[in-house]
This record gives sequence, C-alpha cells and structure tokens, in this order.
Amino acid sequence: MSESDAVLIKPKDYKTSVKPIWCPGCGDFAVLSAITKALAWMKLAKEEVALISGIGCSSRLPAYVDSYGFHGIHGRVLPLAAGLKVVRPELTVIAAGGDGDGYSIGGNHFMHACRRNIDMTYIVMDNRVYGMTKGQASPTTAADWDKSKLTPHGTGVPPFQPLSIALAAGAGFIARGFSGDPNQMSKLIVEAIEYPGFALIEVLSPCPTFRPEQKEWKHQVRQAEDIPLHDPVQAAEWLAADDGMSSGLIYHRAHPVWQALHEVGSTLADIEQEFRI
Amino acid sequence: MTQHNNISIAITGSGGSGAVTAGLILLEAMAQAGFYGLMQRSAGPQIRGGESAVMLRFADHELCGPADVFDLWLALDWLKVRRFVDEIPLHGGSQIISDPMIGEPPAEVTGQQAAFIDLSLKQTAATVEGGRVNMVGIGVLAAMLGLSVATMHKAIQKTLSDKGKAVISASLAAIEAGMRLVPSGSVPLTANWQVATGERWNISGNEACGLGALRGGVRFVAAYPITPASDMLEWLAPNLEKIGGTLLQAEDELASINMIVGASFGGVASLTATSGPGLSLMLEGIGLAVASETPITVVNVMRGGPSTGIPTKSEQADLNQALYGPHGDAPHLVLAPLGISDAVFTTQWAVCLAERLQTATIVLSDQSIGQARAIVSPVPETDMLCTRQTAQDIDGEYRRYTLTPDGISPMAIPGTPYGMYTADGLEHNEKGTPSSMAADHNVQLTKRSDKLLQTDYGEHWAEIAADDEAVADYLLLTWGSVSGVVSEGAGRLRDQGYSVTVVAVRLLMPLPLQQMKNALSGAKKILVVEHNYSAQFYHYLMSLGAIPQDASSLARPGPLPLRPGEIVTTMTGEQHE
Ligand SMILES: Cc1ncc(C[n+]2csc(CCOP(=O)(O)OP(=O)(O)O)c2C)c(N)n1
Ligand code: SF4
Repeated sequence: MSESDAVLIKPKDYKTSVKPIWCPGCGDFAVLSAITKALAWMKLAKEEVALISGIGCSSRLPAYVDSYGFHGIHGRVLPLAAGLKVVRPELTVIAAGGDGDGYSIGGNHFMHACRRNIDMTYIVMDNRVYGMTKGQASPTTAADWDKSKLTPHGTGVPPFQPLSIALAAGAGFIARGFSGDPNQMSKLIVEAIEYPGFALIEVLSPCPTFRPEQKEWKHQVRQAEDIPLHDPVQAAEWLAADDGMSSGLIYHRAHPVWQALHEVGSTLADIEQEFRI
Repeated sequence: MTQHNNISIAITGSGGSGAVTAGLILLEAMAQAGFYGLMQRSAGPQIRGGESAVMLRFADHELCGPADVFDLWLALDWLKVRRFVDEIPLHGGSQIISDPMIGEPPAEVTGQQAAFIDLSLKQTAATVEGGRVNMVGIGVLAAMLGLSVATMHKAIQKTLSDKGKAVISASLAAIEAGMRLVPSGSVPLTANWQVATGERWNISGNEACGLGALRGGVRFVAAYPITPASDMLEWLAPNLEKIGGTLLQAEDELASINMIVGASFGGVASLTATSGPGLSLMLEGIGLAVASETPITVVNVMRGGPSTGIPTKSEQADLNQALYGPHGDAPHLVLAPLGISDAVFTTQWAVCLAERLQTATIVLSDQSIGQARAIVSPVPETDMLCTRQTAQDIDGEYRRYTLTPDGISPMAIPGTPYGMYTADGLEHNEKGTPSSMAADHNVQLTKRSDKLLQTDYGEHWAEIAADDEAVADYLLLTWGSVSGVVSEGAGRLRDQGYSVTVVAVRLLMPLPLQQMKNALSGAKKILVVEHNYSAQFYHYLMSLGAIPQDASSLARPGPLPLRPGEIVTTMTGEQHE
C-alpha cells in the first residue's frame, strides 16, 4: 500500500524523530507545528511534499518534517526549490528559511522568484537577527539595534521591507503570520499551498536568545481586518503605512504561473538530422 | 603519417563586412563538395558590428586543429586588422586577396613575405543589385578551390535560409561574379583531393556538448548567459523543448547551479553551462552536489582569465579551479573533450558518470572547441551505463547515505513512498541526519571518495596513439582542446623518423594512475603540453607523481592558439619551417 493511501490525519504523523536544535522558546517550533498541521489538514501524502531550505536555525526545519527535504546552502533555497518544482510539477514544494537567508545573501533570488512565479510556498521565519551565527544584524533589523558586536553603533541602515519588495517584484500572494498564532499560520500555509504561483508568508518568529525583547511581540501583533487586498496600488499604500505587526493574508491576486513549454513529439534522432550535410 | 591535402584560409573584416557569414558559407560549400573543414572564430571587443576574423582550414580528411600558417587570406577591408595580424601567421607562398580600392594594408601585413592578389571586389559587388564584397570574395575563393556554382547554390540556400529570397539571389549573383574574377582554366587547389562519399556533419563544439548532454539523458538545464558558452544554451533551449525537457534562464550562476541540484534531486539528469566567471560563482553549489550526492554536470567553456579576462578567446587556465575549487574534501570528476566531435562523447560520459556515481562532474571545454564549427564524420551513439541507482519498494527504514560495497547508495526520488529523507550539505550520518561526529565524518568522506576511486573508468580515460616501437622516443602528454594540435605535431615528428606516443587525457580527475603509468612506461622524453601560463596540468601530474621528474612542460597562455609546429620545435629543439 502506498503511503498516499494511508490515513494521515494527525499533524504529528508528519514529524520525524529528529530532535530540533532550536533553543527553548524559539518561534520556529510553532512554524514547524503549523506546517505539519496544514499538511494534515490537506491530507497530503508525505512523499508528495518537499521542504527545501537554506542555512540558518530556521533552515533546519526540513529534517523535522517527515516529507522529502533538501537542506541546501545559505541563501539558495529558492533556486533549489525552483529546479525541483520545474521538473516535478506534481509535488507540493515548500521553501523555508530565515530573513538573512532569504533577504540578504539570497536577496536577488527572492526578487526573481517573486517575478518568475513558479508555483511554490515560501515561508520566511523573520526574527530580525542572524540566529545561527549568534546574533548579528539582519536586513530586517532596525537601524539603531546596537546589541551585536559586529555593528556596535547599530547598522545605520533602514530595514529591508520584504513585503513591499515582493509586491513590487510581482508576487501575487503576500501574507504575514506570527509564531504566537499557529492556527492562523496553518490556515495561511494551506491558502499559500493552494494558491497557484509563488506564495510568500513572512512569519514573525521570535529569537528569544538574541532578541529577548521579541517576547513582547505577542502583545504587539494583531490580525489586520481590512485585508486581503487585490489591487497592487492599494496594497503598496497599505504596506507603506503598516508598522510590520499586522498579520493575515495581505495581498492576493492571480498572476500567470511560470510553466515549462514542451512541443514533444521529436526524438533525439530528429534533432541530430539538423547536423547532416 | 601527416596528411598533406589541406589548406588554411583566413577571412577578416570590420563591423558589418560579413566575414563570419562568408566563413559559414564556405564551410558549408566545402562540406557539400565532399570535404572536411574546421572554422574557428576570433572577434574583437565590439558587441555588434565589431571586426571579426574566421580561420578556416579544409582537407580531404577529418581535421583536429589549426595549421601553422595560412595559405590564403581574404581581406574584406583593412580597418582594425592589426587586432588579428598575430593570429594569421603567413608563409612565403601565402596569398592575400584584397581590393586596392579598400585602402592600404598596414605595415604589419605588407612587411610579410606573402603575395597580394589585387582584385576589384568592390566594383564587382556594385555590378550586382544587393551584391556585397564578402560574397564576391567567397566567389573568388570558391573558384580557386574548384567549387561549382551548383555547390555554392546549395550552400547559400542552407546557410541563408532565413534571410529571404532577395538576399539569397543577390548573394548567389555576387558569388558568381566573384567566381568569374578567377581566370578560367586555373587548376583548383583541391584538384587531387579525395572526395568523401559517406555522411558527414556540420556541427559546432558547443552544439556537440549540447548533443552529448541530451544523449546522456539531460532533460533540465538552468543557466545564465556568458561568452563563449551562450550558444550552447541557445542550441539546447529549443532542442530540449522538443524532447520534453526544459531550459530555464536563471538570474545568476548561483541560481543556476542550485536549480540543477534541485532538479536532479527531483530525479532528472541536469546540467548547466558557463565560463570561468560563472564557474567561480558555482563552486559552493558544486560542493553541495558532492556532499549531498546529487548528480550534476557543469560544462565550463573556458576563456582567457583571470577575472573577466579575454571573453572571446581560448585558454585552458581553469584546470586548477575545476580540480580544487570546491572547499573541503569534495571529490568530484573533471573531464575534458579532446576536440569538437569528442565533445559529444565526453559530455555524454560526464553526465553518465555523474548519474552513476551520484556526484558532480565538470567538463572543461573551451572557446577553441565551443565556438568552432567543423565538418566531421557523424558521431555514433555510444552505449554507456547512465542509470542512477534509485530506491524502490522501500521496506523498513530508508537510509539515504547507507554504506554499500561500491559506495553508491540507492537514491529515493521524491514521490517514492517510504523514501522520505532530507538531502543535506551538512555532514550527516547514513540516514542523512546532520552529524558533527568524527566517526560519521570519516565514514562519509571515505564513502564519497572511494566510490570515485573504486570505479573502473575503462579505456576512455585517455586516447593513446602509439607507434609500433616498444619504446617511444617522444611522449606527448596533453589534455582537452589542444590534443588535436599535439596529434598533428606528433605526425610531423613521425615523418621526421621519430617514434612518438601521444597520450591525450580525457578524464582528469580522478586520474587513473596505474593506466597512466603503463602509458608512460619507457618513454625517453616526456613533454606535457597545455594552453595556459602556469603549467597547471604539468604541476597537477607532478603532485600526483604521475610523471617523472625529468618530464618537461610546454605551457603557453592564450589568446593565440597553440600550433603543431610549436610542438615539433619544442621537442626537437630545431626551428620549424
Ligand atoms: C556562504 C555562507 N556565508 C555565511 C554563512 C554563515 N551563516 C550561516 S547561517 C547565517 C545567517 C542565518 O540567519 P537567518 O537566515 O536569518 O536564519 P536564523 O538563523 O536567524 O534562523 C550565516 C550568516 C554560511 N553558512 N554560508
Ligand atoms: S538562536 Fe534564536 S533563532 Fe536560533 S534557535 Fe535559538 S532562538 Fe531560535
């Protein structure tokens, strides 16, 4: 019997026995739960799901999910996932990683994944810090955060606005979740998987170890009510006015999905004919 | 023995003069007439309409590289020709075809011994509506070579098929007018040449790599454009589509290498092509393929380096990077095609080895192969074991990196029930779970290394051409694109009475040391020949103890090609010509 025929209803069935390396209280635990919950809800066969990641604390996630997975190299999660999805369109491909992985070293791929619009879900666990390398500023860190020895006066650089950039780059599904609200997050993940195209979920996922002040997020994050928006101009204004603490599906719009074109019917021998004198 | 029926012709011209088109037409015409040929290109730095030169060589046998000198030079104009003078060595009997009306040749040209054939190319072109000097020039060459109007007709039809009727008929008329400029009754230069009757191909080195990739089963390519690899990608894009594959233009080489790793993880043989700057960006991704045991093939079409270097010209200077580039102990394979035809075989073999051994293979082609076009015998299909070992009907716990006698662990392809695992570039245990334990590291390092070292690569690791003598006077040891030139040099040495062995290495890493030792045994004098400044191959062989201490080195950088005479002179110490 194929596993796809088996009844997989419990989220915990999608967890492996590998023990997460995460610190107690790390927001990434909730993301892991939300993913397994979404997979269980959708009754996806384990072997038909692939979780792809880069490098960072958050990027360790695939090993904890009992699906296919690839823990790649720092910043390259999106091309790794794109290559897989292009050749295996029937798989459910979920890319995951941190803010450093996705917006700094992988920033170029981020923009191009938004505009290429290959059908996949991308979950960014944004803790506004580099957790794995022990607490340096990330692209989403506030300019005046001076707790890292590497930038003792703060970065002095205004933070990267991932959602505005995703919108400008052409993403059609833009959401923000919060580790403190795993139910909402798993709903967002289901919607993202169902969305045909590149779906971005930015998750506010606290790093209590290097950003203990993020424990306060549970008092700051709120579900936004006037969303989702479908018009890019409105969405741009909304995002510009937002303080980064509103959660929910912010923008939803259909865009043409990248698809490989085939005109099949030829053989290699046909192709070799062209060389003949 | 050296085969003498051959002729070398250069065509040069400034932007828009149509030197490249002229070369393509002449190559096709000589093919139609039953001959073999080779066309190499040299371009100036301009993007469009820059000066360019085509270096043609024709023969009644298959050619493997450029000659020492050019017999004919068709100069469509003299603008910026200084850029090419070095690349067009002449001899006392060389003839330069040009039109006094196009101006004075520079001193670098008039200072040579060659004779000028002054023809009114320009005026003749003006007599034909839409006639162009390059077509008149080919007409002259066609007549000298003994090509018929009918042959030129066919060649034009084929080469200019997308240019429309008007251009085709104007070109033909101009060619015929050019043919009339050559006195009738003059003996054609190909008078005593044998005419081939069998089938032949007109194929470029980049197309040959592309074809080898498809034969090896590649159905996914991701790449970022770069000279001189782009035309391989442009050939692959439509042809992959025809057989159900996909080419994706990536945002950069960091993306393309990771895309092919992802696609290969998905079970599809995948490849990327690039040149030096792109290879530099790909190294971390290549290491990921090695560590995660995901098969990939990277074709690196080398150009002059370092940095942006000389994008349009050839050099074999990326060997060190291909061998040692990825960080950590990252055993992988490095192969090099020995010429245009061989690019089909070598690329196919590289893909097959990647698939079979679940590792990364790097193919070192270069501009002199990639952007050259040749008339060759058809390259037959070679039977190779290309299949990847996959895990099916999994029962019990699946261990992705399980230890096996040959080091190859069956790979579960996503979609396979009970095969779920996470591929990882982090060191891992047999199951794939990240591990920093010494024991796991040792076991996996050994596994990844041994699976390559234990493989029997058979006889294809090198092409060895030996004389009957038990012990060769000279042994020429070389690799990649310059193998053809070395073989021709060896032929001349044999004509002078020496016994010569040529060992042209195709599989550079892992180098089959015992076979190498056997091939070299007894040679009295060994010369290692390569096209780079720092003798990378020579030092690699020395580091492996693969060659004796008294072996010598002929290493010369690009952009000028190595020539057969150089091999002869270096070996004998005598001045050639
Ligand atoms: C090419 C490369 N550069 C640097 C690193 C070191 N490195 C590992 S993870 C990381 C940042 C991780 O931050 P983020 O992506 O935000 O993930 P988090 O650990 O916070 O979840 C860095 C810089 C690396 N592994 N590879
Ligand atoms: S360092 Fe921060 S991000 Fe990393 S596991 Fe610990 S809490 Fe999570």
